[in-house]
Amino acid sequence: MSTPFYVSPQQAMADRAEYARKGIARGRSVVVIQYTDGIVFVAENPSRALHKVSEIYDRIAFAAVGKYNEFENLRIGGVRYADLRGFTYDRDDVTARGLANVYAQTLGTIFSSVGEKPYEVELIVAEVGSAPEDDQIYRLPHDGSIVDEHGAVAVGGNSDQIGSFLDQRHRDGLSLAEALELAVESLSRDTNGGEPRTLTAEQLEVAVLDRTRPQQRKFKRILGSQLSRLLGTEGTSEGDTDESSDKE
Amino acid sequence: MEANTRSTTGRLPAAFLTPGSSSFLDFLGEHSPELLPGNRTLPPLKGAVELPHGTTIVAAAFDGGVILAGDRRATMGNLIAQRDIEKVFPADEYSAVGIAGTAGLAVEMVKLFQLELEHYEKIEGATLSLEGKANRLSTMIRSNLGMALQGLAVVPLFAGYDTDREKGRIFSYDVTGGRSEEIGFAATGSGSVFARGALKKLYRSDLTERQLATAVIQALYDAADDDSATGGPDLSRRIYPIITSITDEGFRRLGEDEVAEIARTVIDGRLAQPDGPRAEVL
Repeated sequence: MSTPFYVSPQQAMADRAEYARKGIARGRSVVVIQYTDGIVFVAENPSRALHKVSEIYDRIAFAAVGKYNEFENLRIGGVRYADLRGFTYDRDDVTARGLANVYAQTLGTIFSSVGEKPYEVELIVAEVGSAPEDDQIYRLPHDGSIVDEHGAVAVGGNSDQIGSFLDQRHRDGLSLAEALELAVESLSRDTNGGEPRTLTAEQLEVAVLDRTRPQQRKFKRILGSQLSRLLGTEGTSEGDTDESSDKE
Repeated sequence: MEANTRSTTGRLPAAFLTPGSSSFLDFLGEHSPELLPGNRTLPPLKGAVELPHGTTIVAAAFDGGVILAGDRRATMGNLIAQRDIEKVFPADEYSAVGIAGTAGLAVEMVKLFQLELEHYEKIEGATLSLEGKANRLSTMIRSNLGMALQGLAVVPLFAGYDTDREKGRIFSYDVTGGRSEEIGFAATGSGSVFARGALKKLYRSDLTERQLATAVIQALYDAADDDSATGGPDLSRRIYPIITSITDEGFRRLGEDEVAEIARTVIDGRLAQPDGPRAEVL
């Protein structure tokens, strides 16, 4: 009978964290920025079919990086959680805090359960309030912790560099166009100090939670000509690609 | 399937993370079947139970859209249970549902139906076709059949703008969930016989939205005239029928001022001619 190698718990957890972090770092980043009228989500994503940013409920949206099938599962779980809660109680009783807690529990349990492979995902759950002070942004790393964020936040590959760049540049009271410009600038920077890449409207997935929308559902995708206009690059926007992959 | 529905660690139970279904009703059936209206069993009833009932709903199509309207009365036996009940609801951006029958169950059914459409839209990233929506409503009514046979029926009228065919369409239902598409106009509820008769004489497919809204109020007036369970426009309390219109621009509920103005002209006309506008004999 062979004896299994002894692996210390610290080492086992460190290995799992390393595994998850590597998977997340391979993907492109998502940037979430608060502006005057709400919260804008910007992802570098050439696919029109596989979304990284989605609606969860009236005032709540979800952004994710990492392995597509894993965060898609979590997204569907979140929509079901929110709809069930809204049906059982009231639409006002569905909160980003509650959802973030459930996600944290789920990710944390999966991360520390020996039989399961840790999820290679990092999520953002954001809720737009009636005023900028009431906005909530939660970042959920792969291990089940929750980080309460303000202003601007980035997840995914290079999130550290992008995050510190955003921290320096973000200020309160940005307009949507300014916030979008900042997001694109942060995503297109070259981490090795080279020339920044050019990101066109076709390579971006942009959505907002807009508190000024008269509808109950505040989530809205910004597509096509509206996006080009906001980016200040008027042009064709027929960039429909059928590319689909697990990681971009 | 205990493990599927309850979680001991606080993580989302397996039912939440199982891919495949985009239906909220299917999810409810798996996770908490007790919340589905169709799964409730009623104790045997002795005699009739008097519960609030909603009454007349009418729908009519015009060029470029469809109007769905309802009166505001709920009755309980021979009493008026509520004067200002709302029985016409937006189902999503491009459709609306109006309900006649047991008010409590009907409102719950509408809430579930709205959620079903929204849930599908969020999970799939695309909306259901108008036929698909009409079929989902069919399924929901069918699941209520047991209660319907005990006297707690819900009979809706579903209207929407078909973005593929670019026109307004109307679907009517029976208690078994049987669905039929109506051409031109339709009515449901206790006053529907009179409303349909009135619309038969007033309806033309070339009416504008405003003219059709007037015709629909005339029809509701006629229903209220002959059916005690249907309420007409109430000028003293400022309670007017709910008129909604769905076009390619989406769902719109006509403002109270707009409806009040139409209702006033209808009533003014009735002061001169109590039976309303006259049609040619030949």
